[in-house]
Amino acid sequence: MTAMIDISRAEKTFTMHLQGGIELPVVSGVTFQVEPGECVVLSGPSGAGKSSILKMIFGNYRCDGGRIGIRHQGALVDLASAEPRQILSVRRATIGYVSQFLRAVPRVATIDVVAEPLISNGMARPEAQERAGQLLRRLNIPERLWALPPSTFSGGEQQRVNIARGFISDLPILLLDEPTASLDAANRAVVVELIDQKKRADVAMVAIVHDDEIRHLIADRIVDVTSFASAA
Amino acid sequence: MADNNAAVQDNDQPLLMAEGLGKTYGRLSACRDVSFALYPGEVLAIVGESGSGKSTLLQLLSAQLAPSAGKVSYRMRDGVMRDLAALGEAERRFLFRTDWGYVHQDPVLGLRMAVSAGANVGERLMAVGWNHYGRIRDTATSWLERVEIDIERIDDAPRTYSGGMRQRLQIARNLVTEPRLVFMDEPTGGLDVSVQARLLDLMRNLVSELGLAAIVVTHDLAVARLLSHRVMVMKGGRVIETGLTDQVLDDPREPYTQLLVSSILPA
Repeated sequence: MTAMIDISRAEKTFTMHLQGGIELPVVSGVTFQVEPGECVVLSGPSGAGKSSILKMIFGNYRCDGGRIGIRHQGALVDLASAEPRQILSVRRATIGYVSQFLRAVPRVATIDVVAEPLISNGMARPEAQERAGQLLRRLNIPERLWALPPSTFSGGEQQRVNIARGFISDLPILLLDEPTASLDAANRAVVVELIDQKKRADVAMVAIVHDDEIRHLIADRIVDVTSFASAA
Repeated sequence: MADNNAAVQDNDQPLLMAEGLGKTYGRLSACRDVSFALYPGEVLAIVGESGSGKSTLLQLLSAQLAPSAGKVSYRMRDGVMRDLAALGEAERRFLFRTDWGYVHQDPVLGLRMAVSAGANVGERLMAVGWNHYGRIRDTATSWLERVEIDIERIDDAPRTYSGGMRQRLQIARNLVTEPRLVFMDEPTGGLDVSVQARLLDLMRNLVSELGLAAIVVTHDLAVARLLSHRVMVMKGGRVIETGLTDQVLDDPREPYTQLLVSSILPA
């Protein structure tokens, strides 16, 4: 097996205890693979469970059944049953995640927010900042903003900081949750370029994009999430 | 390479282990049946409301209170796992003075308020045998800088410091001996929000730079999210849910955890 991600019959249900224990089935029977260098785009209407699937692949949402196989440092790890320490190790070395919104840490400068994944993987600060700067410049974040914490930035600027943070590492798997949602055309084009570059570096990607044009540009394959709808 | 592998294996061994830990006061059970393993470099948050037993648990884990049931073991620097209850006085002293840090919610409990800031930091070094005044002062100075205290203030006593400065000084005093494990009891409680943010950011950086393991008791889920890798939710003296911090906070399973998470006021 060469797939980086191999999901089989994964399922997720939310139980809302504060609403009288209502069960909200989200997805079931989720089965697909992603090969190195391939970008799979999840499609389906809002509420179909696209983001939930992405969060399950990142180990952020727990999986109620099935298997989420991730190729991590040469071995296959099942995130559905992995220990917290294993999930953290997978996130450090294998899976990156670009969420829709930046969860900004107060007081940390933009350049350090972007450089942090490299520093925590052992790169020296000056080198990591140098690479962070290149990426920020490419995403049109002016240098005068780099020393400021991103919490005061506009939505589009925050998203670009988030993208820079997500793309800076050389991880073999990247999950993208609407990476272009609040960007203008020029910055959307930069993101498409970055995704292309990752493909050439054999990175396996799973993305959610609502913009048809972008989807057409980045998708190697489309997986329709409505087929995984839970029979409620 | 061989050395490298040895280090990795070392990190695969727990630093501290709790097994069936419990504490009763007469018929009242403050905390019961707590078991977990903490690994080197791992930050564990214990969350829950007042009265949930989280402070009792922290005291049991840090050998300040004797358990009524179960045991806590700790891997000493020689690699041997030892039952805390069976340690001799010298070994206990070694843990408290060197290998462990303990950050109190109220810095007054963790500092000597009438002696200078420099002496507060230097004292921990002298307790482990440092005796060269110049080196002690240099090390104290560099630690004050690391916790962002103006070194002009090194000779002032902490009673002249603000709450935030006192807390940062307490952290410097604890970390100067390069402990492997730090216990923190509501480290940001009682501070203004802006001061909290600065302290959290500082602690987050120090913990990751020094590769410290930490056990943080907090009722503030935002503190748990920012600082910890793993979280244990306590209610009525028991651990009711545990897991990766973002997993427990974003996808809480237990009714009580769902209540806690949904009770956070949006900023």
